Amino acid sequence: MSFIKPQFRHPALPKNRVGYTKADYEGAISTLCAGCGHDSITAAIVQACFEIDLEPHKLAKISGIGCSSKTPAYFLRNSHGFNSVHGRMPSVTTGAYLANRDLIYLGISGDGDTASIGMGQFVHAVRRNLNMVYIVMNNGCYGLTKGQDSATADAGSISKEGHTNQFRSIDLCSLSIELGATFVARSFSGDKHQLVPLIKAAMAHPGFAFLDVISPCVTFNNNKGSTKSYDYVRAHQEATSELDFVPEKEAIHIHYKEGKSVLAPLHDGSLLHLYKLAPGWDPTDRRSVIDMLQNAKVEGTIPTGMLYLDMNTRDLHDLIHTVPQPLNSLREEALCPGQAALEEINASYR
Amino acid sequence: MKPTNIQNPEYFHKVVDCQYACPAHTPVPEYIRLIANGKYTEAYLINWESNVFPGILGRTCDRPCEPACRRGRIEQGEEPVAICRLKRVAADNKGPVKQYMPTAPAQGNGKKIALIGGGPASLTVARDLAPLGYEIHLYDEWHKAGGMMRTQIPAFRLPESVLDEETGYILSMGIHTHFNHYVSSMREILNKDYDAIFVGTGAPKGRDLNLPGRKEGARNIHIGIEFLANVAFEHVHSIGKKVIVLGGGNTAMDCCRTARRLGGEQVTVVVRSPFSTMKASPWEIADAQREDIPIYNNMPPKEFVVENGKLRGVIFEKVRAEYDDKGRRTLVPTGEPDVFMEADDVIIAVGQDNAFPWIERDLGIAFGKWDLPVVDRISFQSTMPKVFFGGDAAFGPENIITAVAHGHQAAISIHLFCQGKDLLTDRPAPTTNLVRQKMGIHEWIYDNAVVSDDRYAVPHEEKKLALSNRKVEVELGFDTDTAFKEAQRCLNCDVQTVFYHSRCIECDACVDVCPTSCITFTINGDEDDLRMRLSAPALNKSQDLYVSDTLPTGRVMVKDEDVCLHCGLCAERCPTAAWDMQKYLYNVTKAVKIL
Ligand SMILES: Cc1cc2nc3c(=O)[nH]c(=O)nc-3n(C[C@H](O)[C@H](O)[C@H](O)COP(=O)(O)OP(=O)(O)OC[C@H]3O[C@@H](n4cnc5c(N)ncnc54)[C@H](O)[C@@H]3O)c2cc1C
Ligand SMILES: Cc1ncc(C[n+]2csc(CCOP(=O)(O)OP(=O)(O)O)c2C)c(N)n1
Ligand code: SF4
Ligand code: SF4
Ligand code: SF4
Ligand SMILES: [Mg+2]
Repeated sequence: MSFIKPQFRHPALPKNRVGYTKADYEGAISTLCAGCGHDSITAAIVQACFEIDLEPHKLAKISGIGCSSKTPAYFLRNSHGFNSVHGRMPSVTTGAYLANRDLIYLGISGDGDTASIGMGQFVHAVRRNLNMVYIVMNNGCYGLTKGQDSATADAGSISKEGHTNQFRSIDLCSLSIELGATFVARSFSGDKHQLVPLIKAAMAHPGFAFLDVISPCVTFNNNKGSTKSYDYVRAHQEATSELDFVPEKEAIHIHYKEGKSVLAPLHDGSLLHLYKLAPGWDPTDRRSVIDMLQNAKVEGTIPTGMLYLDMNTRDLHDLIHTVPQPLNSLREEALCPGQAALEEINASYR
Repeated sequence: MKPTNIQNPEYFHKVVDCQYACPAHTPVPEYIRLIANGKYTEAYLINWESNVFPGILGRTCDRPCEPACRRGRIEQGEEPVAICRLKRVAADNKGPVKQYMPTAPAQGNGKKIALIGGGPASLTVARDLAPLGYEIHLYDEWHKAGGMMRTQIPAFRLPESVLDEETGYILSMGIHTHFNHYVSSMREILNKDYDAIFVGTGAPKGRDLNLPGRKEGARNIHIGIEFLANVAFEHVHSIGKKVIVLGGGNTAMDCCRTARRLGGEQVTVVVRSPFSTMKASPWEIADAQREDIPIYNNMPPKEFVVENGKLRGVIFEKVRAEYDDKGRRTLVPTGEPDVFMEADDVIIAVGQDNAFPWIERDLGIAFGKWDLPVVDRISFQSTMPKVFFGGDAAFGPENIITAVAHGHQAAISIHLFCQGKDLLTDRPAPTTNLVRQKMGIHEWIYDNAVVSDDRYAVPHEEKKLALSNRKVEVELGFDTDTAFKEAQRCLNCDVQTVFYHSRCIECDACVDVCPTSCITFTINGDEDDLRMRLSAPALNKSQDLYVSDTLPTGRVMVKDEDVCLHCGLCAERCPTAAWDMQKYLYNVTKAVKIL
């Protein structure tokens, strides 16, 4: 068993605008099971961060507990990080985000971590519109504790031991849309072509960006009858759209043909270009998205890609009027404005 | 692209860069692992089977394997594994080996073979044929076997004891030696009752420079290879204080270093062309420079200056190299004044030629360009069926390991010939063996960790002592601890990544983990197109792409072999064992089974 990845990388690895190769966004060697979908999502995150020319110190990765929540150890070794308690990633992120809005927040969670123990935290993070990327590595089970059904396991899905799940599943995408999330997407760990641009777009989105990534657990939930296996997802996945994320620096030169495409400008000048494949659905219209998801459920397909996007978003800081600068940069004069200021405040209540 | 046929013995052979580059295809990584395990005797024997002179080659080999070594490609500035010097470690530390070597059978097979010349080519033929019961007669003009390994390679690079030991293993297989016997007529040999004749007489003629003053200064102007032979056989013991060596090849390096040991105090090498185009191996140049021998370049000699019958020195012109669009070089005078350099002795080391004055031209043995015999590249047969050529005598001067490789092939041909078989269609295929390395979950039989150590340098004898006596060996060899560390640098390129496409679930785990971005799953295309669409562009076309059959998603797996570290991570991360690490042992079949 290898515990260390060799130091050598392909000598022709390209460098991005900030001078890093993809290898500079890696972390320690993974200890997950061989073939775990979570490792592919890790690789997609590495790829996305490389492509957006991220300076690693400008990102904080925060997670809960689970195989999925372990993955931040395997990417972005030079970024900030906090591996919190089971289901508590949203509150830790909320705190960090309130203290310093200048970082990109990348929350990593599992379906157990989010849809079971962390559900109470999750829903509030959505409705508060934290400016963060929230990735659920969704394998329909509790991988770390040996594969018990999770709340996202579909009714009728058969477990490795052969029993059939009786409970209805929670669809985290529908729920997020219901709660007011402004960027909602679903993808598959086995489809980096789709996943990488989604992660890049999510990082550029100025509000809560939710990514439900189906990620097979090869050890406990990749059997026949499971609806979260590689084979099942490949057979039932239907891409709603193709997404191109065009960074600010290149946006000027892009001209798309009119037609089924939607161009969404992001606040930093980047462009999201969405080429619609699914008919009768408008990714900017909440009701049409919910309809589409409900229809898919009936038809037994798994719609993936960008599902819902609302560019008119106001994030938490905006809503509660907090100071723009990170709290750790506030000087004593700002934090303790003195007797006169206190008098003034007290007077305002009289 | 079509799926790669890994049944073709050459596919995985090519992945083992060092072994593929070795003319004798020595299984390098196999012996390096044995050295790491302290199994020096086994490592020696594996070498001996392939290259016959591990102790000699471990000190002197031209080592074409090292520039080919994958380790030198995986990062800018990374150096190849010290393959050659590891070989010496096996030779230095081995136990008794004679008992494992084949012997001549008590009963001969009734066939007689003559070997003309006692260099590595003939000795290899002897070793491969003696165990088959051939009666072998070896002719050499000198009093001992070894050819140029003995007459040319100086003792400070190759101690006589090592030569005696390794030529001895062969001669003791019942070889009939005819030493001090210069064969002056091929007709005479043909008239004897030999079933086949092998000519391994080398390229024995040193080139001369016919410049003004050459005749007048003859007493102090020497031909390099004659000078070295005279030193080796103790006919020459000293040289003047100021010595100029003309030439930029390995012979020039041996001449200047020998001169330093015979009393030369100011020894200078002068080459006519740019330093960067010198033929000598970089390490030989470095060794000469370490012994305070300056090398001047871009100075062709013009005239030997002789006064009162005594050599005074050499006049050189100054030139620079210019290249035309076809890359052809011309040396153009710079116009600077000529340079005079003083010298008591001059050694001319500007190349060797073949010479066959003793082979009559009316025998049916055809000669072609440059008076080289017409020889088949595979069978080494001449136009006279029972006469074979090998080593420097066949295609011009090369090196020891090439002579050995020729010897093996010539031995096969001679054996086939004596049995009345076809020399081309009946040639034996190489033997190959592909063995799984799995020992448990994520455990391999080989040491798959990739160390980051830089190449270790071989320690040298203290300079003053080394220069005091031409028989003091300069290189001391690795001690076993350093040898272990150097051996660990080997990437085990013979442990192949074997892909079973029917097991692959396309989870991408191998793509994600591969440190050097070797693996890609993509839609098939033609080779040039595929090479540009991989995880990292596959620009090194000398390295193959390993392409699988079509997978369920319609894609194929493409692996660029170029910078694979053979770390086994792809196989460790593969949930279905679609990747497996399997050791590939490729062996050139010899005339007889040696081990
Ligand atoms: C100065 C120098 C240094 C070298 N250093 C190296 C080195 O470090 N590493 C390396 O790999 N290679 C080296 N070489 C090259 C190497 O020595 C030869 O390529 C190799 O020895 C060729 O082997 P061979 O068997 O073809 O013939 P040779 O080794 O040349 O042996 C031929 C033998 O046949 C004898 N012979 C010739 N004609 C007759 C005849 N008519 N009758 C009887 N005997 C005859 C010759 O005297 C000689 O003994 C060096 C060469 C020179 C000149
Ligand atoms: C408070 C608490 N309760 C229960 C656990 C046990 N536990 C560890 S991981 C886990 C489920 C993880 O499932 P998921 O988030 O889907 O991650 P996966 O391993 O599937 O990626 C549970 C229940 C715990 N660590 N802490
Ligand atoms: S148990 Fe499942 S989720 Fe956890 S590492 Fe293994 S395959 Fe991945
Ligand atoms: S790394 Fe080892 S096996 Fe690979 S080419 Fe170099 S010496 Fe040979
Ligand atoms: S052995 Fe596998 S993981 Fe390692 S470098 Fe080669 S292809 Fe990549
Ligand atoms: Mg889970």
